[in-house]
Amino acid sequence: MTVATFTVVLALGSCLAGLVGALTGLGGGVVIVPLLVIAFGVDIRYAIGASLVSVIATSSGAAATYVREGYSNIKVGMVLEIATTVGALCGAMLAPHVPANGLAIVFGLVLMYSAYLTGHRGDDAVDRQPPDRLAVALQLDSVYPTPEGERPYHVRHVPAGFGLMYIAGVLSGLLGIGSGAVKVLAMDQAMRLPFKVSTTTSNFMIGVTAAASAGIYLHRGYIDPGLAMPVVLGVLVGSTVGARLLTVAKTGWLRTTFMWVIIALAVEMLYSGAMGRL
Amino acid sequence: MNGPPAAWTDEEFDALLGHVLRAGVVLSALIVVCGAAVFLARHGQSVPDYRTFHGEPGDLRSVSGIFGDMRSGSGRGLIQLGLLVLIATPIARVAFSAAGFVRQRNWMYVSITLTVLMLLLYSLGTG
Repeated sequence: MTVATFTVVLALGSCLAGLVGALTGLGGGVVIVPLLVIAFGVDIRYAIGASLVSVIATSSGAAATYVREGYSNIKVGMVLEIATTVGALCGAMLAPHVPANGLAIVFGLVLMYSAYLTGHRGDDAVDRQPPDRLAVALQLDSVYPTPEGERPYHVRHVPAGFGLMYIAGVLSGLLGIGSGAVKVLAMDQAMRLPFKVSTTTSNFMIGVTAAASAGIYLHRGYIDPGLAMPVVLGVLVGSTVGARLLTVAKTGWLRTTFMWVIIALAVEMLYSGAMGRL
Repeated sequence: MNGPPAAWTDEEFDALLGHVLRAGVVLSALIVVCGAAVFLARHGQSVPDYRTFHGEPGDLRSVSGIFGDMRSGSGRGLIQLGLLVLIATPIARVAFSAAGFVRQRNWMYVSITLTVLMLLLYSLGTG
């Protein structure tokens, strides 16, 4: 295969990943690394570098829309970004000391967890408790738009959310993914933010988290322009089209299908890692 | 620019951050496309090798090296510059957030935002 063919095929594959990622709300990043490693035989370190920059592209593109719609909580995002960037720096520094097989196994486990989370969507319980003192001190409580007008919400368990965000950052720096699933868990489950606020704030934070480890990956020579170019452009086109289609497409069956694709990739990554084939 | 600058409302602030992010992504994509054209014209018929990890050459690993490549008209250097703009986009967003909190005189958030900004610049600067 020549560079030209490789570029076109990879761009089409990345476009599909970005499209499905946007339609299902899971992001395409989580499937880019397995796609490169399993289908294209790329070394996992180059794959992680390329995935990391594509994650920045989709996060920044989508966040531009969400921030304007007023769902993202910028203060919550900023406080938690301290935890995710420190985590991402730790993850990126840890990465060279973990063998490729180890990375593949951790990746497989994170994929399994993402697939599990796909089947569970949080619902917004009505919160009647008094505000949390730390959240008030940090000015985190806010409002979000609903069809019935703006609805106020309280933020809870800031330290637990902060700790989970550190873990999300480490995984992001180690594996070159957005760790959106762990971020949503921290905000939705631990901090009790409304679901839409969790997902959009998570998306808003992903770019910053990925940028923290991308600098280190660049210096270490993990980011190859010839490989990253089709991945970034493909994912960007796919996720932009996906975001536009989101309002007209029915995504239930797509979510289920994508969940099974993720499970299959997870099994393959775990198997390859355990057999030492990477 | 009419009258004295008032403190930004949250909505204006959010809209500005949205513009910064979108502009960064569009600029980066344009540079990457230009670099891709040069790269494919020159190397399109060679055989890719990503199966084994070699690491990138020194000039593609640092900010100054990438700018040097760009002046010599290297396609790979130009793509790498586009990727650098992409990495810088969230960093610029954080810097604009810091400026916004300064104008709102919210010093607690100025310090939180500057902490995040320093961590990001540390990563890009030293690796």
